[in-house]
Amino acid sequence: MSFLTYLINGISLGSIYAIIALGYTMVYGIARMLNFAHGDIIMVGAFAVFTAVSTLGMPPFIGLIAAIAICTALGLTIEFVAYRPLRGATSLAVLITAIGVSYLLQNLALLIFGSNTRQFTSIVTLPNLKLAGGKMTVSSVTIVTIVCCIVIMIALTSFINHTKTGQAMLAVSEDRGAATLMGINVNRTIAVTFAIGSALAAVAGALLCSMYPSLTPYTGSMPGIKAFTAAVFGGIGSIPGALIGGLILGVVENLSKAYISSQLSDAIVFSLLIIILLVRPTGILGKKIQEKV
Amino acid sequence: MEKKKERMRCAVTYAMVILFYIIAEGLIMTGHISSLMKGLLVPVCYYAILAVSLNLTVGILGELSLGHAGFMCIGAFSGAFFTQCTENAIPSVGLRFFLALVIGSALAGLFGLLIGIPVLRLKGDYLAIVTLAFGEIIKNLINVLYVGMDSAGFHFSTKDTTSLKLAEGGKVIIKGAQGITGTPRAATFTVGIILLLITLVIVLNLIYSRAGRAIMAIRDNRIAAESIGIDVTKFKLLAFSISAALAGTAGVLYGHSLSTLAATSKTFGYNMSIMILVYVVLGGLGNIRGSLISAAILTVLPELLRGFEDYRMLIYSLVLILLMLFNSSPKAVEFRGMLIERIRRAKKPAKEET
Repeated sequence: MSFLTYLINGISLGSIYAIIALGYTMVYGIARMLNFAHGDIIMVGAFAVFTAVSTLGMPPFIGLIAAIAICTALGLTIEFVAYRPLRGATSLAVLITAIGVSYLLQNLALLIFGSNTRQFTSIVTLPNLKLAGGKMTVSSVTIVTIVCCIVIMIALTSFINHTKTGQAMLAVSEDRGAATLMGINVNRTIAVTFAIGSALAAVAGALLCSMYPSLTPYTGSMPGIKAFTAAVFGGIGSIPGALIGGLILGVVENLSKAYISSQLSDAIVFSLLIIILLVRPTGILGKKIQEKV
Repeated sequence: MEKKKERMRCAVTYAMVILFYIIAEGLIMTGHISSLMKGLLVPVCYYAILAVSLNLTVGILGELSLGHAGFMCIGAFSGAFFTQCTENAIPSVGLRFFLALVIGSALAGLFGLLIGIPVLRLKGDYLAIVTLAFGEIIKNLINVLYVGMDSAGFHFSTKDTTSLKLAEGGKVIIKGAQGITGTPRAATFTVGIILLLITLVIVLNLIYSRAGRAIMAIRDNRIAAESIGIDVTKFKLLAFSISAALAGTAGVLYGHSLSTLAATSKTFGYNMSIMILVYVVLGGLGNIRGSLISAAILTVLPELLRGFEDYRMLIYSLVLILLMLFNSSPKAVEFRGMLIERIRRAKKPAKEET
């Protein structure tokens, strides 16, 4: 029974990684940049929910909507101020700028909220689920997280396949130059990608802190790195890849925490990443790009 | 002609380091330096070594590595471990420190080679994430490692100090997350400067040698380099392992400048790797002198901003973003070009008149 509990918790953690990884993977696929600040947008989202619910006393659902709005606006602002002027610059320059943005967000949060750990109250108020005649308890957060992940995946896939903006995103990720020639507004498409990624980060932040209720200005950085790993794992740029990568990462992390060593779980996850990349250099579902001379 | 120019350039770089040393020593002797600044002299040395060595990978070889702190960690721990083990065998602290430097660098270089063989096949961002993962693995493993020594030899454990089962008089050397404590602080400013100069000699000589030109050819166009007969794997590995070994040297220096050496996410995590990368990128990719200057300035800057305690990291991050925008944004580059052109034009007629 305990194995099943660990597995379900792993899937739930993996779902959060998958939601975060979507932000990484979409931005990478379309803008060809590693958005290192993505992890800190999760933290901002969690703080927004915390302020709305615990300080202002709003209902959790309204708090979540407010957090999504704040993060979307933040993502758009960052894209406009810091990343758009660097379009056409080397990818390393963009990477360092993203690191700068990440430091900026962390330190702003440190100034506003202080370095104390905050106790986050779960946004999910449903009762826990008892299975197998009360032998096994699955917390409601776990189930809500998994459901959220499935809904987001379906919504995002149909958005990309069935709307004009979604098709434009595909076109830009395929060939930016050709997309411009076809009359697609590349800047607008990239901005939409950032908006979606940041909105998802807000959801991920709320769910993450509902599961692990301690909140500090550095809360987002490690899950951010893990989700980035998950995105690379599944093949960066691929949406189903983000889901698969996130789930594998979450399950492996939780099982190794339970059965091997809680201190070594990160090392095990990262070793798995290295092994996968050595066998499949572009991740599980990554496209192999033929090099042209 | 070209050769002479290269030699001049190297000489200026060495002179800069020596001048820095003389000024700093002069200030110490006349007592014009605060103890805070004095404490920063050794860190400036190891950060400069780290920046120069990472520049070899990122700027000269053109591969993005986010795991430089991992190699530094290997150097720091193996060096400090050696110094502690041989406490009775080799009484001279100086000799032990020297041997520790050799061993730490060699081990880090060996790891660089071993990791480089499979990993350097990956490209760009994939290489970046794998090196990041490697750095985190090293940090994690050291955090659970317990090593003790008694008359029977070494004892290893991944649990705690009691499970080492040491005999009477045995000593625990690596205490898991607490790391290594009580290493003699043999790293002085003079040693740091000497190591920095050695690093510069190695890196600059490599860059201006035949091998260095091959490495830069691979960076500029791998396929073209391969087609004229350059052994890509060999030269990539050469640059990567030398870079790793020098990071190990910096690590030994680091380990011997602190009384407590622990692998926290702040000291050897990806944050450290990223910080060194920031030095390299701000100093200019492939520009060794730039790495030296930016490492020195950025090490001192947060301390200088200590007056603004709460705001210093905020200012630091803003400066970083603005510098990148100013340095790399296509519009800013165009604007700078225009400005230079205008100044040149303004000067020219003035010359014709005379």
